[in-house]
Amino acid sequence: MTAFLTIIIVLFIAIAIWQMVKIFDLAQVGASNSQIADDKDNKLNGYLMIGFLVFIYVITIVSIVKWGDLPLLSNSASEHGPQIDNLMTISLVIIFIVQTITQFLLHYFAFKYKGEKGRKALFYADNNKLEAIWTIIPVITLAGLIIYGLFTWTSIMNVDEDADPLVVELYAQQFNWKARYAGQDNVLGMANVRLIDNDRANILGLDEADPNAQDDVITTELHLPVGKPVLFKMRSQDVLHSAYMPHFRAQMNCVPGMITQFAFTPTITTAEMRQNPDIVDKVKNINDIRTEKSKELVAGGDEALDPYEFDYLLLCNKICGKSHYNMQMKIIVETQEEYDAWIKEQATFKNTITAN
Amino acid sequence: MSAHADTHAHDDHGHHHKETFVTKYIFSMDHKMIAKQYLITGTIMGIIGIVMSLMFRMQIAWPEEPNVLFEALLGKWAPNGVMDADIYLALVTIHGTIMVFFVLTAGLSGTFSNLLIPLQIGARDMASGFLNMVSYWLFFLSSVIMVLSLFVEAGPAAAGWTIYPPLSALPMAQGGSGAGMTLWLVAMAIFIASSLLGSLNYVVTVINLRTKGMSMTRLPLTIWAFFVTAIIGIISFPVLLSAALLLIMDRSFGTSFFLSDIFIQGEVLHYQGGSPVLFEHLFWFLGHPEVYIVLLPALGITSEIISTNSRKPIFGYRAMVVSILAIAFLSTIVWGHHMFVSGMNPFLGSVFTFTTLLIAIPSAVKAFNYITTLWKGNLQMNPAMLFSIGLVSTFITGGLTGIILGDSALDINVHDTYFVVAHFHLVMGISALYGMFAGIYHWYPKMFGRMMNKNLGYIHFWITAICAYGVFFPMHFIGMAGLPRRYYTNSNFPLFDDLANVNVVITVFALIGGAFQLVFLYNFFSSMFFGKKAEQNPWKSNTLEWTTPVEHVHGNWPGEIPHVHRWAYDYSKPGHEADFVPQNVPLMDGEEELQH
Ligand code: HEM
Ligand SMILES: [Cu+2]
Ligand SMILES: [Cu+2]
Repeated sequence: MTAFLTIIIVLFIAIAIWQMVKIFDLAQVGASNSQIADDKDNKLNGYLMIGFLVFIYVITIVSIVKWGDLPLLSNSASEHGPQIDNLMTISLVIIFIVQTITQFLLHYFAFKYKGEKGRKALFYADNNKLEAIWTIIPVITLAGLIIYGLFTWTSIMNVDEDADPLVVELYAQQFNWKARYAGQDNVLGMANVRLIDNDRANILGLDEADPNAQDDVITTELHLPVGKPVLFKMRSQDVLHSAYMPHFRAQMNCVPGMITQFAFTPTITTAEMRQNPDIVDKVKNINDIRTEKSKELVAGGDEALDPYEFDYLLLCNKICGKSHYNMQMKIIVETQEEYDAWIKEQATFKNTITAN
Repeated sequence: MSAHADTHAHDDHGHHHKETFVTKYIFSMDHKMIAKQYLITGTIMGIIGIVMSLMFRMQIAWPEEPNVLFEALLGKWAPNGVMDADIYLALVTIHGTIMVFFVLTAGLSGTFSNLLIPLQIGARDMASGFLNMVSYWLFFLSSVIMVLSLFVEAGPAAAGWTIYPPLSALPMAQGGSGAGMTLWLVAMAIFIASSLLGSLNYVVTVINLRTKGMSMTRLPLTIWAFFVTAIIGIISFPVLLSAALLLIMDRSFGTSFFLSDIFIQGEVLHYQGGSPVLFEHLFWFLGHPEVYIVLLPALGITSEIISTNSRKPIFGYRAMVVSILAIAFLSTIVWGHHMFVSGMNPFLGSVFTFTTLLIAIPSAVKAFNYITTLWKGNLQMNPAMLFSIGLVSTFITGGLTGIILGDSALDINVHDTYFVVAHFHLVMGISALYGMFAGIYHWYPKMFGRMMNKNLGYIHFWITAICAYGVFFPMHFIGMAGLPRRYYTNSNFPLFDDLANVNVVITVFALIGGAFQLVFLYNFFSSMFFGKKAEQNPWKSNTLEWTTPVEHVHGNWPGEIPHVHRWAYDYSKPGHEADFVPQNVPLMDGEEELQH
């Protein structure tokens, strides 16, 4: 209904604009109007430039105040998360400063030097010193950012094999995720899509002959023990997907024909995160929105929405087809004991595969 | 060919030689007419592209709600007016393709390179008028095919404008990957042929046909920008063509360049040994330079317009040329920043972070030089000037967030979110669009011999400027909150429920901004017939195009081609009465040309 109304309004606006423009245009015929800006235009647009500068500042501040409390800038739930968040914050501050200054200069000059008949501009074609300054300042700033960035990147992407990470495969297919745990031996069994045999429940194409595959565990929920490094091996059976785990500041594409990897250490359990005051606020806010919406739905004869409870998520973040927008998996970070109890209850590959 | 065009123009200018309607308006070899053909075709494609974006924006703001507009425009793809998820992706894909290639590559470069290169360097026409005509008609053909692909039974291409395989290679992966994708690839292959012919022509013309005195260091920055853009196009477009051809082979002839180990819809496919990552490399080897193919001409246009309307020389001409060259060079070695999380070796990621952040330096130099050009000027606030200032503003806003996306560590978390959408729309889409508008307002008198209405131009600029920020600024924030792009709806993620109202705000700005483009269209088309007749040099500009008569003549100048005696930026030069000294005016006694 809202949409319908909007369309009607938009159509009306469009027609109104067209008509207004026409009248406006006709009204000018005859006026000795050269269609070249005169002093009056310069003045008006000069003032509007200042107005626009204010608009840019206002939209920046409003955006920061209203939407700047970003989940991606705080409450990261992995060991390397704060590193990224720091770098991001520093970059944002630099951007904010540069943006504020340069937009000021641009719009202020546009206002200050608005044309007047009879005034002559300054003939000023070059100044090597000035240009050297604004080459060197970005060079230094960027050098700092590059160095910081590269250290961060290298430390995130280097997998520390000595830390004895828990090995988990993330398996993508149109349009869902599976996780495969390496089992007791912590070595994933060999697998290839050519071995997939859905009739016998070999859905990920594990090699039945591989001893390492026997104790592998395939699940539809991702459970991770807190504080333990996890090494993800990503695989896709059909098209590109991307395993995006925003709370952990983690992302890697899943590429058919290739195994990609990403490692991180979760630091906050789901239960702890649900107690975090920021998250409590966010959840409450979301639930208020959902309650409002539910009222509308119920009035229209539909079912109300379920209340929202915080969970970590794995989202697909590479266009993969029709249901790309709904390709997700729940991630649960828990204590080692809880994790051990959970994994013990999962059936191993050996036990789920059906006989020929 | 060129010799012919030249002599014939020289000899024939007195008496008219026969031109039929067809050779004058349709199969014209005159660069000025071809420029207009590019502009009109680009404008029509632009309307299609923008209407598409408004449709999918409405879907995002009011997900899965019935909408009469969808029902009317999408037909079977919107049963009961509810947009289908497949067509959502198709709209996004075709919108991106049309805006980047058809509007801002062909529409922008095609129009202004064609119009201005011969006029500003003092040539009778392009080196090859015939190839120029072929180039336009190939572009036209590819536009037609792209539009026709919208009506394919299984749907138009829907794999994103980046058409990554395997999604784009396998018809069973997505409806749009059948005939729709075939047409997309054919259209793009023809488009690339057109673009290469155009670019070769521009390069040859600039090198060979400059008038006497027009040394490279006296070239207006517009020409520098078009020239370098053409070179980047020649280097990078063939790579996209080869990627497209290999993809066609994978699709139709069973090869495995980009495909391996695929199990889909219950069956194993035979492909073995290819890699989608290879496609990504090939695609972005064009795709990144493409951003500058779109942007550099806009920056060139802006340089010219800001200088003319500030009544001041462009500040740091030499630095501007050097930064165009630096940007061009660097743009070919940064493509990997689109692939930080593609699975390529992390060490490569480090290299690309380094090269990418380097490109910020020449960009910063350009921005500061524009600002300094305004300083102590005598700014004539013509609509073209407003759009040029607007371009500098969005170029800065959009460019700055490149520092985040170019940094591999930070890209991990914002890759493929709305943060990226915000970034590239501001720095490339909106900036280049402003450049195009600026060019249209500025050279309209040259193209059509009439003036556009300035007050409508002001309305158009201010509303567009506000809406552009209103649309794309908040997108940074929903991106930083983790919202992925190319999602048909976010309603399956309660996590994002608190972003729904932001999406409504964005869409409302988009609808208003879109509606006000009608002001431009009205102004553009009605001024052709009813606009005030233009004087020869309405903006009091120095470049040679304003020495040609208002009425177009074949061969551009009725008499001799003027000779050039100075650079293009002698505005408000001390010692001269007028505040501009056209390039064809000889130096006065004792006057020195600037050393640049
Ligand atoms: C009315 C103005 C415009 C609006 C409201 C708009 C809106 C959007 C939005 C929201 C998306 C992202 C959709 C998604 O990823 O889910 C998008 C995609 C895109 N737009 Fe625009 N856009 C506009 C103009 C332009 C212009 C001028 C360009 C020129 C460069 C452009 C190029 C693109 C490209 C390349 C994509 C990516 C398509 C893809 O994901 O495959 N857009 N547009
Ligand atoms: Cu997906
Ligand atoms: Cu790029």
